[in-house]
Amino acid sequence: MNVSLEPSRLAPADMMRASLIGLRTRRLRSILSGLGIVIGIAAMVGVLGLSESSKSDLLAQLDQLGTNMLRIEAGTGIGIGTGELPEDSIVMVDRVGPVEQVASISETGASVYRTDLVPTGQTGGITVKAVDSNLLATLQGQMASGVFLDEAASDLPVVVLGSVAAERLGVTDGAGGTVVWLGDEWFSVVGVMDTLDLSPDLDRAALVSYSTAEEFLDHGGVPSTIYVRSDPDDIDAVRSVLPATVNPESPDEVEVTRPSDALEAKEAADQAFTNLLLGLGAVALLVGGVGIANVMVISVLERRGEIGLRRALGATKGHISIQFLGESLILATLGGLGGVALGSAVTAAYAWSQGWGILIPTVAVVGGMAAALIIGVIAGLYPAMRAARVSPTEALRTL
Amino acid sequence: MNHAVAGTAPTAPETDDQRTVLALTNVTKTYPGTPPVHAIRGVDLDIRSGELVAIVGPSGSGKSTLLHVIGTLDRATSGTVSVAGYDVDNLNDKQLSSLRSRHIGFVFQQFFLLAGETALDNVADGLLYTGMALGDRRLLAEQALSQVGLSHRMSHEATKLSGGERQRVAIARALIGSPDIILADEPTGNLDSQSGKDVVRLIEDLNANGTTIVVITHDHEIASRFPRRVSLLDGGVVEDTRMIGSGGFR
Repeated sequence: MNVSLEPSRLAPADMMRASLIGLRTRRLRSILSGLGIVIGIAAMVGVLGLSESSKSDLLAQLDQLGTNMLRIEAGTGIGIGTGELPEDSIVMVDRVGPVEQVASISETGASVYRTDLVPTGQTGGITVKAVDSNLLATLQGQMASGVFLDEAASDLPVVVLGSVAAERLGVTDGAGGTVVWLGDEWFSVVGVMDTLDLSPDLDRAALVSYSTAEEFLDHGGVPSTIYVRSDPDDIDAVRSVLPATVNPESPDEVEVTRPSDALEAKEAADQAFTNLLLGLGAVALLVGGVGIANVMVISVLERRGEIGLRRALGATKGHISIQFLGESLILATLGGLGGVALGSAVTAAYAWSQGWGILIPTVAVVGGMAAALIIGVIAGLYPAMRAARVSPTEALRTL
Repeated sequence: MNHAVAGTAPTAPETDDQRTVLALTNVTKTYPGTPPVHAIRGVDLDIRSGELVAIVGPSGSGKSTLLHVIGTLDRATSGTVSVAGYDVDNLNDKQLSSLRSRHIGFVFQQFFLLAGETALDNVADGLLYTGMALGDRRLLAEQALSQVGLSHRMSHEATKLSGGERQRVAIARALIGSPDIILADEPTGNLDSQSGKDVVRLIEDLNANGTTIVVITHDHEIASRFPRRVSLLDGGVVEDTRMIGSGGFR
């Protein structure tokens, strides 16, 4: 007889119901096995979110500080040099075409104390430097209070303090007319600078003008450090010509660095750390996937009777495998959703506590969910195939 | 009822009373091994619409194998099996699934009810693989449950009912699609004697209303109540008796 039968069919809603039966009737086990996925996805979303949030903070910082600044220093050490740049180097540097701003710093070797009663030597690590009046503008720094050194005060005993120096000297207000003992004179504090991210050594310095240094500290004014702002497009070219420009006789004795590189290096180090944590998250995810596969295999063994019944009710092998695959997929999806929620919450809470902008990258959310789904499919595939292969007659013999 | 059968009607026009719903011709089932096990050998069996048949025999007589072959859960090694007019040999696995979903109802000794589902939904699952919408299945399930006298238990969780009630839910599930034949494997095997009697009475009542039922049992007392009795021994039919009279072969 050659007749055709309408095939067995399982409506999508019924397929969903069938896949949910195992999860509904074994709730604790389902939750525990989904927890692995939750932790894995949360770790990945959290790591990516935190790294993005901190990176956005760093980029904002870099943006504000600019990456077009170069720092020229005299090399120090045996056979390298004296720690001083040639006297006319600043003029030479200013002649380089794309250079926009130049400011120099010179170590005076003097010390600064809160009063003349503080024993000599207790400097608190504060150095006294002679600087050009355009230094603050070149560094794109800000004053916390008071004013920076200007032409009007160029030969008066006035000093500007870095943020750390001010704190150590107990000066809270740069405009308050506080005096400090510098060299062998009383100097008036006219300003306190904000923290300078690109030149942290200036945070621990007291700054005076060159003419003040010459008059009160008997300092010759040979620069030791020069800061250069150049056209951002020509920064590499400028960088390469600077050593020979500054010291044509021995360019090797000149060190040119880009302070923003340090921040970028920090970012690169953070990235390496992020990758490590992402790796750990991936391991957690893998373990979560193995957990789901394990639970599904056990579930298939336990539910042989149900499989036999379903085959008797007309389920095809495909219906059985889809049911178990669906169960694994639902478990992984719920785990993924939980993980994304947990990871986002942790990111938001930490970023908020650090004062960063909260940034939960779409790639982490979408990637996390996709990873969960892929894990769900892979973890469910083998148990689903096993379930489909269960012989109905064998399954129905199970008590 | 939507037993959708595409194509031509499988059997020659017959009156419903005469229609053969199950025909086995020289069926054998051999399991490979050394030596091979001949679970059933040369069975000829013809069951017509409306019959109530007991297949009776001791353990190892091949009852379960015969039920699996009749229920298309397993294929015969040789011989021909025809269920509801469909020649089982010519059907692939998917078509057999379809045949089971629309033409055969099963009742098992262990009930096999799904935990976490109500009696109503367990019964509705009888038509799960026909693709019928849940709402429609539930309507039919209500009717089936009232047929087995469990209207008051519809929303109870099926696995928490008493043994007798659970078996009646399972019978309702087999009944729901009005299949051509219901196969019951030791339906009273897990029940106390009173519940067992109630279930046998229910089977007789359903048969009286026209349902074709094959009961597999090792219990001769139950078998002796039924109008037709097929005795198996060592995989072969040793006796096939019909009781003529009231409640008998119709």
